[in-house]
Amino acid sequence: MKDMMIILIGAILVDNFVLSKFMGVCPFLGVSKKVNSAFGMSLAVIFVMLMATAVTYPIYTGLLAPNGLEYLRIVVFILIIALFVQMVEIVLKRFIPSLYKALGVYLPLITTNCAVLGVTLLNIDNEYTFAESMVNALGGGLGFMLALILFAGIRQKIDASELPKAFKGMPATLVAAAIVSVSFVGFGGVVEGMFQ
Amino acid sequence: MKGGLKVFLNGLIKENPVLVLMLGMCPSLAVTTVAKNGIGMGLATTFVLLGSNVVISLIKKLIPKAVRLPSFIVIIAGFVTIIGFLMKAYLPELDKALGIYLSLIVVNCIILARAEIFASQNGVGKSALDALGMGFGFTLALFILGSVRELLGAGTWMGLTVTKDLFEPIHFFVTPAGGFFVFGVIIAIVGMITNRQPKSAGCQNCPSAQACGRAGLENTGKENA
Repeated sequence: MKDMMIILIGAILVDNFVLSKFMGVCPFLGVSKKVNSAFGMSLAVIFVMLMATAVTYPIYTGLLAPNGLEYLRIVVFILIIALFVQMVEIVLKRFIPSLYKALGVYLPLITTNCAVLGVTLLNIDNEYTFAESMVNALGGGLGFMLALILFAGIRQKIDASELPKAFKGMPATLVAAAIVSVSFVGFGGVVEGMFQ
Repeated sequence: MKGGLKVFLNGLIKENPVLVLMLGMCPSLAVTTVAKNGIGMGLATTFVLLGSNVVISLIKKLIPKAVRLPSFIVIIAGFVTIIGFLMKAYLPELDKALGIYLSLIVVNCIILARAEIFASQNGVGKSALDALGMGFGFTLALFILGSVRELLGAGTWMGLTVTKDLFEPIHFFVTPAGGFFVFGVIIAIVGMITNRQPKSAGCQNCPSAQACGRAGLENTGKENA
């Protein structure tokens, strides 16, 4: 249980996918203009991360690893994620239209979100068990959400402020991201201390 | 030949994928703590880009339109696997330094974007030149980022001690936060030199976003317009 908590909190705060691993920076900068679209996007990411982990993990340990096909994992994983995103879209559209409306527009973008492929590959690299992998995926997704929503709030302020011309737009956004990232550095070491 | 040079220079400077188009930011920020890794990552991406662009332009007529994106992704993933093997065999150190980001080349927007925009509509020769231009442009951007961060953050350049003895290296620049900061400042400088606003980031500039869904257009396109 303690290990699980460490993985969860670690993935949310210390090794935040966006701010310390730089995974999913494109959606982070692209969809963080409004708080509610940031929320929708991150919900979709959490969902796909969990599902992708649930599917890729058994396939890797049950099918690829025993047959010495580990090297195929990139091809297989990305196909699974692409397929999965497509499937989720179809199912949601048919059965839960309200959720589809909320997530729908963000779903296709997730295939090329490196955080999703990243989390499935990291689970394998870190030799997590299935339960640990799921917790890591949840933590990664929640961390993504935290970063996105925090940043959406900050960004609305940036857009309203006076800046040197060269820094307007993207550069200012990146510098602000740096400051947010610094604040997350402060969490390093907290996790180990928390569970002693 | 003149057209070829134009295609090549287009990727290198005018439409530099990182500094102007703002694509492929994840690897640009993650591996550029030292200049050497930036070059390694850039060249690995160039290899994948060249391979996928050439193959896709060769078989573009055989791929049905409806399944072209998955097909592109599989081709790209194949080349990423190959470069992974080559790195492991010949440059194990670099392989370790790049870690998971080497595998993540597969989801680098630049590659899918060039496949979709360029290789699937142009001949082999032009596609190869486009891949080289874009790849070297990417490498150049990563090299600049890596050099600045290594020089300020560690006081070395390409592993050689440069300013380490002159002033205390500022650790901030090799942390992830420093990556965002240096990238932001470099883009501001590039924008100042070329005297134009860098396009605002995000999925609306990632051409694969248009291919993969309406999201990029709906969320950001309207606000900018």
